[in-house]
Amino acid sequence: MTVAMETRTGEAGHWGADIRSDLHVRIEPRSRGGIEIELESRVKPYYGDAIRRQAEEVLEALGVRHAQVQIHDEGALPFVIAARVEAAVRRAGLGEGTRVLPDRIALPEPSARDRMRRSRLYVPGSEPKYFINAALHGADAIILDLEDSVHTSEKDTARLLVRNALRAVDFLQCERMVRINQLPLGLEDLDEIVPESPDLILIPKVENAGQVLEASQRIAAIKGDYGITRPIWLMPILESALGIENAFAIATASEKIVALTIGLEDYTADLGVVKTSTGAESLFARQRVVNAAHAAGVQAIDSVFGDVADMDGLRAWGLNSRAIGFEGMGCLHPLQIAVIHEAFAPTSAEIERATKIVAAYNEAQEKGLGVVSLGSKMIDPPVVQRALKLMARAKAMGIVD
Amino acid sequence: MAILDKTELVTNAAGRMVPETVNHRGQSPYMGVGKCQPHGRKASPPIRTAADYPANGDKRVADLETAFRKCGLRDGMVISSHHHLRDGDRVALMALEAAARIGVKDLMWFPSASFPSQEGAIKLMESGVIDHIEGSMNGPLGDYCTQGKMRGMGVLRSHGGRWQAIQDGEVHIDIAVIAAPTADPFGNCDGSHGKSACGSLGFALADSTYADYVIAVTDNLVPFPCIPWQIQGNNVDYVVEVDSIGDPAKIVSGTTQITRSPDRLRIAEFVARFLRDAGIMRNGFSFQAGAGGIALAFVSYLKQMMKQAGVKARFVRGGSTKYLVELLEEGLTDYILDGQTFDLDGVRSMANNPRHVATSPFTSYNYHGKGNFASLVDAVVLGATEVDTNFNANVVTHSDGRLLHGIGGWQNCLAAGCTILAVPSFRDRIPVIVDEVTTLCGPGELIDVVVTERGIAINPQRQDLLDAVKGSKLPIRPLQDIKKEVERICGGRPQRPKRSERPVAVVKWVDGTLLDTVWQIP
Repeated sequence: MTVAMETRTGEAGHWGADIRSDLHVRIEPRSRGGIEIELESRVKPYYGDAIRRQAEEVLEALGVRHAQVQIHDEGALPFVIAARVEAAVRRAGLGEGTRVLPDRIALPEPSARDRMRRSRLYVPGSEPKYFINAALHGADAIILDLEDSVHTSEKDTARLLVRNALRAVDFLQCERMVRINQLPLGLEDLDEIVPESPDLILIPKVENAGQVLEASQRIAAIKGDYGITRPIWLMPILESALGIENAFAIATASEKIVALTIGLEDYTADLGVVKTSTGAESLFARQRVVNAAHAAGVQAIDSVFGDVADMDGLRAWGLNSRAIGFEGMGCLHPLQIAVIHEAFAPTSAEIERATKIVAAYNEAQEKGLGVVSLGSKMIDPPVVQRALKLMARAKAMGIVD
Repeated sequence: MAILDKTELVTNAAGRMVPETVNHRGQSPYMGVGKCQPHGRKASPPIRTAADYPANGDKRVADLETAFRKCGLRDGMVISSHHHLRDGDRVALMALEAAARIGVKDLMWFPSASFPSQEGAIKLMESGVIDHIEGSMNGPLGDYCTQGKMRGMGVLRSHGGRWQAIQDGEVHIDIAVIAAPTADPFGNCDGSHGKSACGSLGFALADSTYADYVIAVTDNLVPFPCIPWQIQGNNVDYVVEVDSIGDPAKIVSGTTQITRSPDRLRIAEFVARFLRDAGIMRNGFSFQAGAGGIALAFVSYLKQMMKQAGVKARFVRGGSTKYLVELLEEGLTDYILDGQTFDLDGVRSMANNPRHVATSPFTSYNYHGKGNFASLVDAVVLGATEVDTNFNANVVTHSDGRLLHGIGGWQNCLAAGCTILAVPSFRDRIPVIVDEVTTLCGPGELIDVVVTERGIAINPQRQDLLDAVKGSKLPIRPLQDIKKEVERICGGRPQRPKRSERPVAVVKWVDGTLLDTVWQIP
């Protein structure tokens, strides 16, 4: 192809003394002279040749034949190098329509609709240094975030990093979630992300059912194009007064929705109130989300607790959150995970009582009795159901055998 | 003037190439753990008479130059200094510069460790005042040595190895210069009081006992007696008073901080849980941990577990910090046996609490003694730059061969009942678990457990530990397994960095034999 494309210098990524596990790539396309790579790297004695080779491969796949390339590497892993080189090429106006994908590790089992979602750890999509060990800290889910933690100028590059991470990083037991941008930008995110089979997409700032439909139709179309059959679940985030008012309609907008959640930073801003650590100002909204979610048969999941140094505040928030009917919440720092899991775990008193009820229920079943009683008290069927559910949850959390 | 020895290389028992001579002195290659049998008698300083020292006990002289002249400083002598003031030390450079003003050349500087603030020693090597350094080198001094610019060869010893070398006469100290946070005119010295207080002076004890001449330099002169006398004035020739022996801000940190890195915290928690699950954490046990981020966090996790289990330690070994002091003050340990004091809480505790005891490399680490404390410790938590699949480890060089750390007490601590390396599985993109370490500092047979954020590997030679943690929920995995996972993440094995065939420094084992060589890198 000899059509002249408009080209310019393309740059992507970061370097410097404070940067870890990232790199900066600068590409200057030229009309002749082949590829010339200038490489500086703190790991040059060990991976200098590998970095060069990888850059050459990505450039070739993107059809770049002649360019001067400068790479400042700060110990980036291969999936990051590939994403940064690709981003720089695209910003240089080249390589359109080609995706250069790193080797894919085995996909984990598809995620179940009703799996446990106590904790979901946010990882900024533009900070690859946090990706690789994110899953080690025991969260139920990892959210690779393309929205609020990514600066407007980095939306295009973060998308490639997250796409490559979904292929190359082992997120272990974690459900692999991606938070896309608010629509319509979020639709472009889906084009890049959905082919890599994330388990769940968080749709931010949802105010009506139509927005969910738009996203879910785009997901279905991409899945069809790529022949993907495993489920990709949805979790809408309600972040405005209007969104809260439409909570039930939103929760029932798509059969792919498995959970409903709330974003308190934006919600309190919408109301013009101060966000407090007790959350009195958002109690109605949170209870509304809980109620709508339960009415729709999906999980109700709480927002995040912003002060990562205040573990007592987090614990209190989590206990309260569970008390009003949420099944989990977001985390901004790995140290929050254990505290949240503790807060959302059934208490020993609850387990003790549920154990007795379940035993009484089993005994009644064996004896063929229609009525379950504990001591002199009769136990209603919904109480039995709740005890069974609580025991199942305690078992899933590893609290009881 | 010494020029780097033209020397033959031999292969030692660990399969490493080491020079036959270092700085014109014949060497023994490493023979294996416990294989080298020493003989002969210890070195001894010359006999002195009280008749030659002031009867009123006042050994003060005007300045370091005067003291050096009185000690008969000549070309080629050995001057020693100590690192209890760490990066805040001003005395070592002050002494070497005084020697330069006298006009002597070709000195051997024998610090117990050097620090980046002593970069000025490079100028003195270039002008020929210092011929070479035997002692840990890092930062600019480390680069200077690894680039082959030092005329003599560097000799890296552990704290215990330095005592052994002095005691065995392998290194003869002509003049020892001791920085004293408090001293009296007779030469008694104490580290736990004064504006430059640093805690223990243990690193200077061997020098005060074996050197021909000893000079105490202080910025806090008190009338006789200076109590306690960590260094005895009976070994001291001259006392010099100066305005300042160091920068207090760099001597000890205000408070040592626990890491907030979740990966490092995870490693620290694994280490603590390992000690608990393996049954090492039990009443009357002992452990040692330093002041690194992981070590501090380990102590805080272990403390919670000790409280939960109602377990108390008999002693813990420092580098002491606020976190060890808290254990002592809350009754979770009977004693702190402290080799080095890292923060203000440590200094305060040593000054006030009789159960916080200053130790020296003699009591703690010297391998050529009738035992030492290191082998009495149940568990020690150490760092490393690299470890190979046979558990051999490196602590002195970066993976590219550049000098990075001193050995410190690291080699000596390997004698503990359970030696644990707490390391990330890779740094930047560089795997920590490798096929062969760049520089061998610790034989794998003495390293029992490697704890990484991706799992815990137990040395197959320690079947007892493998059995002890059966049923534990900890992620126990073969070291090979973790290595493979990390190589997949990093995109394959790293290339071997280039190095020359020219030795620039040697690593001594605790018995004085040569364990490995550091090579010049371009």
